[in-house]
Amino acid sequence: MTGSGALIEVRDLAFGYNGAFRLEDVSFALARGEILGVIGPNSAGKTTLIRLLSRVLTPQRGEILIEGEPIARLSRSALARRVAVVPQELQLAFSFTVQELVLMGRHPHARGLFFEGPRDLTVARHAMAAAGVLELAEQSVETLSGGERQRAVIARALAQEPHLLLLDEPTSHLDLRHQGEIVGLLRRLNRREGTTILLVSHDLNLAAELADRLLLLARGRLVSIGDPVEVLDEASLEAVYGCRVHVEKSPWSGRPVVSVRWPDGEGG
Amino acid sequence: MITLRRTLVVTAALFGGFCLVAAVALTLGSAAIGLGEIARVLRRPWQEWGDLAATVILGLRLPRILLAAMAGAGLAVAGAAFQGLTRNPLADPAILGVASGAAFGVVVAQVLGLEALPFGFVPLAAFAFGGALLAATAVYLIASVGGRLPIQTLLLAGVITGLFFTSAITLIVSLLDFGRLGGVIHWLLGNLSSVGYRGLEVMAIALAIGVGLVYAQARSLNLLALGEESALQLGVEAERVKRIIFLAASLLTGVVVAFTGPIGFVGLIVPHAVRMLFGPDHRLLIPAAVLSGAGFLVLADGLARTLIRPAELPVGVITAFCGAPFFIYLLRTRLHPRL
Repeated sequence: MTGSGALIEVRDLAFGYNGAFRLEDVSFALARGEILGVIGPNSAGKTTLIRLLSRVLTPQRGEILIEGEPIARLSRSALARRVAVVPQELQLAFSFTVQELVLMGRHPHARGLFFEGPRDLTVARHAMAAAGVLELAEQSVETLSGGERQRAVIARALAQEPHLLLLDEPTSHLDLRHQGEIVGLLRRLNRREGTTILLVSHDLNLAAELADRLLLLARGRLVSIGDPVEVLDEASLEAVYGCRVHVEKSPWSGRPVVSVRWPDGEGG
Repeated sequence: MITLRRTLVVTAALFGGFCLVAAVALTLGSAAIGLGEIARVLRRPWQEWGDLAATVILGLRLPRILLAAMAGAGLAVAGAAFQGLTRNPLADPAILGVASGAAFGVVVAQVLGLEALPFGFVPLAAFAFGGALLAATAVYLIASVGGRLPIQTLLLAGVITGLFFTSAITLIVSLLDFGRLGGVIHWLLGNLSSVGYRGLEVMAIALAIGVGLVYAQARSLNLLALGEESALQLGVEAERVKRIIFLAASLLTGVVVAFTGPIGFVGLIVPHAVRMLFGPDHRLLIPAAVLSGAGFLVLADGLARTLIRPAELPVGVITAFCGAPFFIYLLRTRLHPRL
């Protein structure tokens, strides 16, 4: 244990169905205030990791500690007060308004209360303002664009006042401008509010741009974790993804940029 | 935002509306009795009841209105609960086949002769509850794909389960002697003829338990709209909530079917209309569904009693004539782009 710095500690985590592991031998720590990007090819175990961290799934082996406590010993509400999840895509039945959606994030703080109180409303409005959806508060979620929807879901997660924010592909359905908005929002949250963020992404360049450290998963195993420059190494990416890539330095941010050397279709 | 104040205001307004409908319904019938006379009868002490007006109002019309009101309330809440549980605005006790399961339970109890026992409506209601639970479980098991309930499989599973139990009823009825056939068929169309105040008391208690169980989960039902995984991540014990809702909605359906027969579409129309008016939050939706469901079925029964006077239509005909077009409208607008 590295003292008060580690918010999350994952120790020797393993999960699978019928003896076949989706995730095995995964250990890492996440420092308070850090942004960790989790990358890897399809079925590497990225979403499984988020489900284990939010206790939707229970690991077969190993444990996850949050602030030194095993999450298996926390009640669901207690865990939801510390960890909030932004899913890949919002599935909302019935036409709730944005404010009603965001107030759902107050549920873990309700302690048996049936109706939200003034403090819940204050927190919800603060969350909506932070995510830039305050002016949409009374609108039905059904009427929002993809980018607005995603920001409304982030506002709901913020209303939980979490210590850790887990995001599963938060930009995968968004165009460039909306991707930029989400990146800006996450940076702002991290710098101003000190929110710790674990972000799963298929987009290597976005992850490299946003994250302090990257964690590369492949076939359920941890390949490497560390500075984006170290993790996004041509040889290991080519081994993991099975295609030829080129890595260079972004002229704007100095972060690594990965481009694929697309096959020319001539075989060989 | 749903507050206690908004809930109380809407509930009070709907209660006023319900009283109005009930008062009008009290005046409907072959004997012409005006509102003034009704008010006089209702204000008189017990001892002076005995004249014709009092007998008609207290012995015939009031219990029938109470039965219609309770049946409507129970079906509306059962519909709202099934819709919240399945995250699907097309769910309803009749469409999901749960009402048929309850009817099957009632027919079985009748075959066993339980109806003839003193307090026979208690075992009847218990069998109906069992049948409803059986059907609901079957639908759930058939329709769930990897923990989710896609709209198409849910509707198909409901149709199949409903058909199965309806056929089972037909089989039992065919084996029974012909004389009892008429009564069963009339009951199967929804029948609000009086069950007496004893029966109404039992029904009221069972419905209060069912509605109370659903209402206690109102906030969790809102979060289930996000899907089970997100609900879990927001601290909802989703499995427990689902089981309670399942039981409560089956209880409501079973009790109503035992006393009135399967009256269709109330559980579909009422929650949807209430949602359009007041939003989808179950903390307001459930009490609003109680009062709107009660008012709707009292109104439908009023129409059933007067449209082809002096004969009477089964109330299920009225609700089906309102409900079927409504269902088609929902299917066309809701199924297409996304839920």
